[in-house]
Formats: sequence, C-alpha cells, structure tokens
Amino acid sequence: MATATATHAHEPDYLNSKTGIGSWLYTVDHKRLGIMYLASVLFFFAVGGFFALLVRAELATPGETIMSPTMYNKAFTLHGAIMVFLFIIPSIPGALGNFFLPIMLGAKDVAFPRLNLLSFYIYVVGATIAVISIVVNAVDTGWTFYTPYSTRTDTAVVWVTMAAFILGFSSILTGVNFIATVHKLRAPGLHWKRMPLFVWGMYATSVIQILATPVLAITLFLLIMENVLTLGIFNPQLGGDPVLFQHFFWFYSHPAVYIMILPGMAVVNEVLATFSRRKIFGYMFVAMSSVGLALVGFLVWGHHMFVAGMSEYATLVFSGLTFLVAIPSGVKIFNWIATLYKGSISFESPMLYALSFMVLFSIGGLTGLFLGTLATDVHLHDTYFVVAHFHYTMVGGTVFGFLAGLHYWWPKMFGRMYDENLARVAFALVFVGFNMTFFTQFVLGSQGMPRRYYDYLPHFQPLHGFSSAGALVLGVGFVVMAFMFVRSLTSGKKAPPNPWGSAGYEWATASPPIEHNFHEQPVMKRGPYDYHLATDEELFDGFPEEAPAASAEE
Amino acid sequence: MSAENAHASHGPKWLQHHFETPIQQFESAKLGMWVFLAQEILFFSGLFVAYGVVRIEYPEAFAAGSMQLNKIMGGANTIVLLFSSLTAALAVRSAQLGKRDEVSRYIVITILCAFAFMVIKYFEYTAKFEHGLLPGQYWNPTHLVGIDAPVEHMHVFFGIYFMLTGLHGVHVLVGIGILTWILIRNNKGEFSKEYWTPVDLAALYWHLVDLVWIYLFPLLYLV
Repeated sequence: MATATATHAHEPDYLNSKTGIGSWLYTVDHKRLGIMYLASVLFFFAVGGFFALLVRAELATPGETIMSPTMYNKAFTLHGAIMVFLFIIPSIPGALGNFFLPIMLGAKDVAFPRLNLLSFYIYVVGATIAVISIVVNAVDTGWTFYTPYSTRTDTAVVWVTMAAFILGFSSILTGVNFIATVHKLRAPGLHWKRMPLFVWGMYATSVIQILATPVLAITLFLLIMENVLTLGIFNPQLGGDPVLFQHFFWFYSHPAVYIMILPGMAVVNEVLATFSRRKIFGYMFVAMSSVGLALVGFLVWGHHMFVAGMSEYATLVFSGLTFLVAIPSGVKIFNWIATLYKGSISFESPMLYALSFMVLFSIGGLTGLFLGTLATDVHLHDTYFVVAHFHYTMVGGTVFGFLAGLHYWWPKMFGRMYDENLARVAFALVFVGFNMTFFTQFVLGSQGMPRRYYDYLPHFQPLHGFSSAGALVLGVGFVVMAFMFVRSLTSGKKAPPNPWGSAGYEWATASPPIEHNFHEQPVMKRGPYDYHLATDEELFDGFPEEAPAASAEE
Repeated sequence: MSAENAHASHGPKWLQHHFETPIQQFESAKLGMWVFLAQEILFFSGLFVAYGVVRIEYPEAFAAGSMQLNKIMGGANTIVLLFSSLTAALAVRSAQLGKRDEVSRYIVITILCAFAFMVIKYFEYTAKFEHGLLPGQYWNPTHLVGIDAPVEHMHVFFGIYFMLTGLHGVHVLVGIGILTWILIRNNKGEFSKEYWTPVDLAALYWHLVDLVWIYLFPLLYLV
C-alpha cells in the first residue's frame, strides 16, 4: 500500500498532537472518541461485573447469604441493564469500531465527525441518568422492564428507561455515521469485495442499529408515558395489552443480540486471518452471512415469548424462522475452520480469545436450538438454561471477541506492547472461570432451576456453589488483565507499526496512528487478507525483533 | 475542525477536511440524512402498530374517539403543512440556483406555516383538555360529540392520539429550530450555487414531518 511512511519524520501521533483536557472533550477525532468510548465501556463493564459478583455471592448458599430479596432483585436488574445498554451494545462499535473503521477504509475520519462527538455525549448523558436511577431507587424489574410489573413497582423505572431511551440515540447516530462512512469514504481501490470483514460486520451492525433501535425508543417512551400519564396501551388495568409490550420490546431486543454478536464475529475474522496467515476462506459468504444474520434477526423476536400468550400458529412460524439463524452462523463457523486448515497458526493471546470464541459461541448457538424448539422451550423457558445460553453467546461470544480485539489492536491504539505471559495467565483464568460459572448453569437449568430466583432447593447447592466459585475465578482473571493493560501503558515495550505481521490495512500506519491516520491518501492494491500478495516489507518490518528498522519514522 | 484548514490547497472553505471532493461530502451528507429518516419512520412505526393493535381490540372506542376530533382544524393543518412542504422544496430549488433572497423568503413562509400549525394544534389541545378528553387516569369527559355516553376504553384512543400528535408536534418544533438555523446561515451568505447541502437536508427532514402527518390525519380524524 502506498502510504509512504518513511518520508514524513516526526509527525506527532494522535495522542500527542494536541494537549490539554479541552482537546479531548471537544475532539472530533474518531481515534480519541474511540479511546473515550473504550474507557467508558470498560468502567461500566467493571460496574456490571461488580453486580454480577454480588448476585453470585448471594446465590452461593440457599436462603439469605449477603443481601435481602429486594436488594437481590435490584442487583440482577442492574447487572443486566448496565451490561446490555452501557457495555455490550456500545463496546465494539463505539470503541474499536470508531477507532478502526475509518483507518481500515483508508479514510481520515468518519463521515460526520461532529455527529460522532454528539453521539458520545448522548451516551454520557444516558449513562449519567442510569447512575442517577441507582441513587433514586434502583429498578427491580429485570433488564426487560416487562409490563405490568414495570407499571406497578415503585422503583425508578422511569429513570432507567429514560436512560436506555437516550442511549438508543447514541447507538443510532453511530450507525448512521458508519453507514455513510462505509459507502462514501472508502479509499481508492477499496471496493466492496476488498473491505475488511470487520468493516462488513460493523456495516451489518449499523443496519440493525438504525432499523431496530428506534422501535425500542418508542417502546420505552410509551412505557415512560404509561407510568407518567397512564395511557392504557400496555397497562392491563386500563385496557392495555402487556403482551404488546413484549412484542415491541423483543422486536428491538432480538435484533439487538445481533448488534452485540456481529461485532464480536467481525473482530474474530481479523484475528483469525492474522494469526493463521491466511485469506479468510469463503470471504463473500462470511461477509454476506453478517448481512444475512442482520436480516433474519428481525424475523425471530417471537421466540422469546413462546409461553407468553401467542397463537400456536405464530409460535410455529417463529420457531421455524429461528432455525434459519443457524445457517449464517454455521457458514461463519465452518469458513473459519476452513481458514485455519493448513494455516500457519500461532497462539498469541488475541488468537486464544478468537479460538475460544469459536468454541464458546458454538455451544451458545447450539443450545439456542433447544430454546427455539417449541416442545423443549416449554421445559427450559425462564430457567438457568436460558441464562447459560445467552451468557455463552454474549460473554463467550461478544466479550471474548471484544477481548480478542482489545489485545489485537492494543499496540496500535496505544503504541505499547503488553506482557504476553501475563495476558495468557489472564486468558486462562477468564476461560476456566467462565466455563465453571456458566456450564454449570446449563445443568442447573435442565434440572429445573428457574432464573432470577432468590432462593433454591438444597439439592441445587453444589452446582450453585460451583458456579459462584467460577464467577470468582472469572473476576480474578479480569483483575489480572486490567493490571496487565495498565502496566503496559506505563512500562510496556514500544510497539512497532505491525507487531503481528498482519496484511490488514490498519497496520500500514504508525503505532499509534498520526492525527490524520495516513500521511497521504492510501491506495488499496490488494485485499486485507492477501498474504500471497503482501510484500515482506508490509508484513515483517513490523515484527518486534526488527522494530528499529520499522520505527525509523518515529 | 478549524485546524484542518492548514491544507491550503484542499478546496473551498465549506469542504470539510476529511472529504476529498465536494461531491463526496454532498453524497455522504445526503445518504446520512436518508438513513436518519429511515430511523424516524421506524420510530413512528411503533406508534402506528400500537394504533393498529388497539384499534382492532376496541373498534367502537376508536370510532367514538375519532368523532370527538375537529376535522376542520385537522384538515386546515393538513393544508398548511402540505403548502409548507411546497415552499421548502422551492427553497431548495432557489438555493440550487444561488438566489439567496428567494431562499430566505421561502424559508420564512415555511417557518410561518409551521407556527400556524402549532397554533391550530394548541387550540385543538386546549379544547380536549377542557372537555376532559384525556388519557388514563385523567379521563373525565364533559362534552361529547355524536354519542350520548362515553364508550368503554375510549381513553385509550386519546392516549394514542396525544402520543402520536404530541411526538409529531415535537418534530414540528425541532423543524422550526432547524429551518431558523438555515435561515440565519443563508442570511450570512454561507450557501451558494456550489454549496446548498444543508438547505436540501433541512427540507428533506421537513418533508418527513409532513409525510407523517399525512398518515396521522386520516388515521385519527377520518377513518
């Protein structure tokens, strides 16, 4: 790629080009906004994780362990609401997407940089209101805010739904920005069939964000109004239909699970290609499967409501459509396996997360079929089986994908390498802790343990105790990881432009990138996975061993 | 983005630094606006679906509720909005031809129409408040047209009515803000034959506000 790095000496990187707190607060640089998103989502990940540990601590023994039933209801609601609305949904698009999507397109910025800043501040306002809701009277409805309970409880339903309403617009504006950027800001030579699959995944995600999120917005708005003005649309006491709320809610929230998982899959593509030094097998199929998932995702919301009161014909149709989801998901998994086949695989920490993603997401996806089947769902509905299923997709999928991306791009974002050994220790703890926590819950659920219950029968004690112990291991893993990343910022080795020897476009710029990403408009002459076309200079100048040669420009 | 103007050779001053050509900037802005309008439609679609579901549930209540609305005022508002859409379109045309005074004139007319719409809406709302035709717990009808006694669940109709027209009204108010902003920028001479994108986008938004009303009016007042 014609980025002519060596000719421009000493241009400051985006972290140092401007200084002062104002240069961050008013920045329109997509990279700085990405970093600000990253800090925010990681903070809320820690908060959500704290509530998760509270929940698991309470469930370690039957009866009251550390908190009252009312407190427990609030703890699991806050865990869910914070993780979904403040962490997972903005995580990969907000942090990694903002940072890397324009760079991968060879653009200087996203299409609407000021809108990007606005979208970040909308997120901040939403997050602030969510925090206020905890202080006012933390909500206890579960993150789904089902009516009629959410119109009766005296907790701060209005505050927290207002927060989610506002956060939705942050998500929508990010989607608008990404779609316009992908369509109009691609570098010369970067046609659709050369786009990195991360960009394809972000694009499909953006489509869902734009088409599904406004429906959640109007639903939550009506729920707020139902509480404030008593409309009688959802509240059965006034003639409303509580199942209508569920339909509306899941019309957004099912596509929203693809807002969560597609970015995870998008990251995994990049990591798998880099660490197996191979072109992604069946590139167009993988790209289209993202778009396919985005579309099919709109047709299956009813599978959350099989026992909520729908006609049996509707449940049949929704069940059938749900199985369609397995097709694009399967296309991805099998193409990834084919990518690995005869690849030159190395097992750095990003790759460990990406490979775990494939295993854990497959378990999460296949257990979804049990829940999409009418007869088995009646037994498994609202049990820990469901909890385990969506944690395998959301944590084993999205969070592992996010962590793969975070490890993979950390040197590019901050210009520092992290301690690989410590990263592997953290990985081992997270992987083992995660499986201890949630595999156990498949067993609990299939034995009939209902979700969200405060208490349980004594014979569930060993499994619940084991699951709680796993949560502790998982928590320790994240603490080690946080330590590892913070330490790399202060004492990490300086990262070369291309530490992993990747053919991806984003590695063709400095680490960390300069303010305008590239010194001059790049022209893409090959695809991002064309290892057979990449020159040795592109691939190997960045290896740590040969760092002096590559870092000549710094 | 002021610092980016350091690229002296980059092009006209309205061309933002991260775009290569004016046409790229225009197409990005236009695409972004269309995508944004798509989400607006889905935002309202939730309410339209709620309307459909509740209407099927309580058809008599909807028929009785519809009778209470003032068709004259609703019809007048429809005409006002349709006319304002025409002037918005003419403003874009004038902007493309670089006729700055004409643009201002058309935008002023559009804004006046928007105010007229809100004034008529205000009279409609106050009448409903006085007659106690309000949603849920505030439901206290004192004056009914065409029926002797309130029909059961009629208040749900007014719940939907106030949500649909209220959210549409908020969009009209936002539209007034946007059009005023465009007017100020036009008077400053920011637009020309070469650069009229913001006028175009504001008009697109205004057409959507109009379009939503085109569906609201028959659904609430007529059928």
